[in-house]
Amino acid sequence: MIFDLAFIWAGIIAFAVLAYVVMDGFDLGIGILFPFYKSEAERDRMMNSVAPVWDGNETWLVLGGGGLFAVFPLAYAIIMPALYAPIIIMLLALVFRGVAFEFRWRTTRGKFLWDWSFALGSLAATFTQGIALGTIVQGIPVADRAYAGGWWNWLTLFSLFTGLALVVGYALLGATWLILKTEGQLQDRSYRFARILGPATLILIGLVSLWTPFLEPLYMERWFTWPRMLYTIPVPLLVAAAAYLLLNGLVRRQERTPFLASLALFILSFIGIGISFYPYIVPPTLTISDAAAPDESLGFLLVGAVVLVPIILAYTGYAYWVFRGKVGTEGYH
Amino acid sequence: MDGFDPVLLARWQFAFTVSFHIIFPAFTIGLASYLAVLEALWLATGRASFLSLFNYWKKIFAVTFAMGVVSGLVMSYQFGTNWSVFADKAGPVIGPLMGYEVLTAFFLEAGFLGVMLFGLNKVGRGLHFIATLMVAIGTFISAFWILSANSWMQTPDGHAINAAGQFTPVDWWAIIFNPSFPYRLVHMVIAAYLTTALVVGAVGAWHLLRDKMNEPARVMFSMAMWMLALVAPVQILAGDMHGLNTIEHQPAKIAAMEGHFETRAGAPLILFGWPDMEAEETLYEIAIPQLGSLILTHDWNGVVNGLKEWPREDRPNALIVFWSFRIMVGLGFLMLGLGLWSLWGRLRRRLYDMRLLHIAALLMGPMGFVAVLAGWVTTEAGRQPYTVYGLLRTSESAAPVAAEAVAASLLAFIIVYFAVFGAGTFYLLRLMAKTPHRDEPDNPSDAHLRSAGIVPAPALESVGELQSHPETRP
Repeated sequence: MIFDLAFIWAGIIAFAVLAYVVMDGFDLGIGILFPFYKSEAERDRMMNSVAPVWDGNETWLVLGGGGLFAVFPLAYAIIMPALYAPIIIMLLALVFRGVAFEFRWRTTRGKFLWDWSFALGSLAATFTQGIALGTIVQGIPVADRAYAGGWWNWLTLFSLFTGLALVVGYALLGATWLILKTEGQLQDRSYRFARILGPATLILIGLVSLWTPFLEPLYMERWFTWPRMLYTIPVPLLVAAAAYLLLNGLVRRQERTPFLASLALFILSFIGIGISFYPYIVPPTLTISDAAAPDESLGFLLVGAVVLVPIILAYTGYAYWVFRGKVGTEGYH
Repeated sequence: MDGFDPVLLARWQFAFTVSFHIIFPAFTIGLASYLAVLEALWLATGRASFLSLFNYWKKIFAVTFAMGVVSGLVMSYQFGTNWSVFADKAGPVIGPLMGYEVLTAFFLEAGFLGVMLFGLNKVGRGLHFIATLMVAIGTFISAFWILSANSWMQTPDGHAINAAGQFTPVDWWAIIFNPSFPYRLVHMVIAAYLTTALVVGAVGAWHLLRDKMNEPARVMFSMAMWMLALVAPVQILAGDMHGLNTIEHQPAKIAAMEGHFETRAGAPLILFGWPDMEAEETLYEIAIPQLGSLILTHDWNGVVNGLKEWPREDRPNALIVFWSFRIMVGLGFLMLGLGLWSLWGRLRRRLYDMRLLHIAALLMGPMGFVAVLAGWVTTEAGRQPYTVYGLLRTSESAAPVAAEAVAASLLAFIIVYFAVFGAGTFYLLRLMAKTPHRDEPDNPSDAHLRSAGIVPAPALESVGELQSHPETRP
């Protein structure tokens, strides 16, 4: 049944994670690109282009984690120990980059330290998020309502590869965001980076997509059996369209299309993962309904989510609307 | 190896990360209310000092809030990484309470904090005051949900247990308003107020020691001392009531706090001693006869349970709980003493001239945090050996993670937290060391603090302001 509370919640959590990827992706990407822009003025502008929104962006991650705990406690209880080291590293990395937004302006002597903490924190957070994704995709062993693997199981060639793919992909989002938000030299440089990162991202998406079905028969069946393919084939076709728009936009020096096309690539990849996973929440054993908390828990929290999430979205939209347009040369400072 | 017990390491890790985290909310809950009071006073009287103080503390609030956000992010994952069995079993009850906290905090962060930092000039007095009030109310609502979840672990109610061993909600009202929750909420919120008053008082005292004519420093010092004088006695009363509630629901915790091993009628009040869990007695005790029964049962000959009522494996560690409780109570009475001293100074009209009082207030500045931490150690260590009191043992709550992993991450947290929050504290102290001026500028937040909210307004506000900023003090 589709109007089952557990499925509604699976949709909300998936939405929160997607919102996180869409919104924090470019902002982590800017951190990844930080060391490649040398001048202080450029760095100030880069940071200013995301400073007003990063905190709101990151809160979706709290909502994703907290939401998973509340409504799919069993999934939360299995995924977190399975991803022990990557999650801890990600959290510490986010601490570093988060406080850098504040502390960088509080000192001149120590500024370079916070620049590095911003850059390395962003890189490490992205890489570990990619590893986390790869680990879940490759399947988590479960026995007796608990994680049944070792604490290094997450470290595989595949998960390292998804980690790398996410770093390149977020960097692309960052570069295309800078194209959208800046002008002059900074924008030129961002075009140059995006022209490398764009094709690289596409190649990596292609490789991960080809690799994934071989990890798990479930995925293979989803994507490559007739007539199921009829439902799934639009995804790769749309990816191809987004890829065209991205590359064409970069060649023609369009300002908005590359960013939107990059976002579309992420959203489509996310939908692709959703198609592979459904109805599992921890493949290959735990389904959405297995992991769900009782209906009393789901219903109780749903009331709050239905009221508050739209308000949050409205605020977020308002924030981005106020901040439309270029980051001025003198910055906000 | 004994020291490498993963459960013990996981407990240390949780204790460490939550202790760091609690410092920030304890301060922001109080400071948010203080800001609302300052703004209300300014609107009512039009006195410039109130507005200056508002602008002065607003910057400090923003930095503290940001550190609270990042340390809070860690907490929302700790339950899964280190306590996954607990998360699975208690998740259906605890999870939604935390979920509400996240939604509320999120809502607050996304909305009103931005408007508050935005600055008065842009939105008008009315709207700005409403935003400040909402921030204060929002921090309170956050505390409400977290303390409800915590209290449910202490005094679980309103649940059933299903076939998979999960706690499932039956009556949300009974879960949220579980027996210890009202007492804990009152005790903690007052503690946050006292903690903030001590910090504000210490900052005021510091600037009075340097210039006793400084008007904003006088105002903040006086306000903080009123708070202590009026609220410290209320807190002592609230603590007593909380204690009586604990006797009813967690008598073993009280026995540990008091250092009682034997059950006695007319029990003494042990002032100091060394509870020895092995020997089952409190060594070197200094005690006042009968007084223990009087305080705990409000009867000279009331019967007070000792730890020997419970099997060894069900007892909390009395040594920790006994001492953390005394630190908290001792500091509580020092706060009361400081408040009374200031009243005496006020009576003599020498409040701003008494250097010794100012020095004492300065020394007491961080003691609210110490008392809050000691209080949490008392209540949480006193809950042991359970995570959900009487129902789920701590040893059966931990995640199936190797001890090395927990040890390595604990070490990483210790290093990173001390480095990062150490730097943050340093920047906060530098803000506090700045002399408050009568016309403290209403720049919303020094431009860069705007990351504390997603409403972009503060950033727009602060064009050209950066030049005048950091390192203004050596």
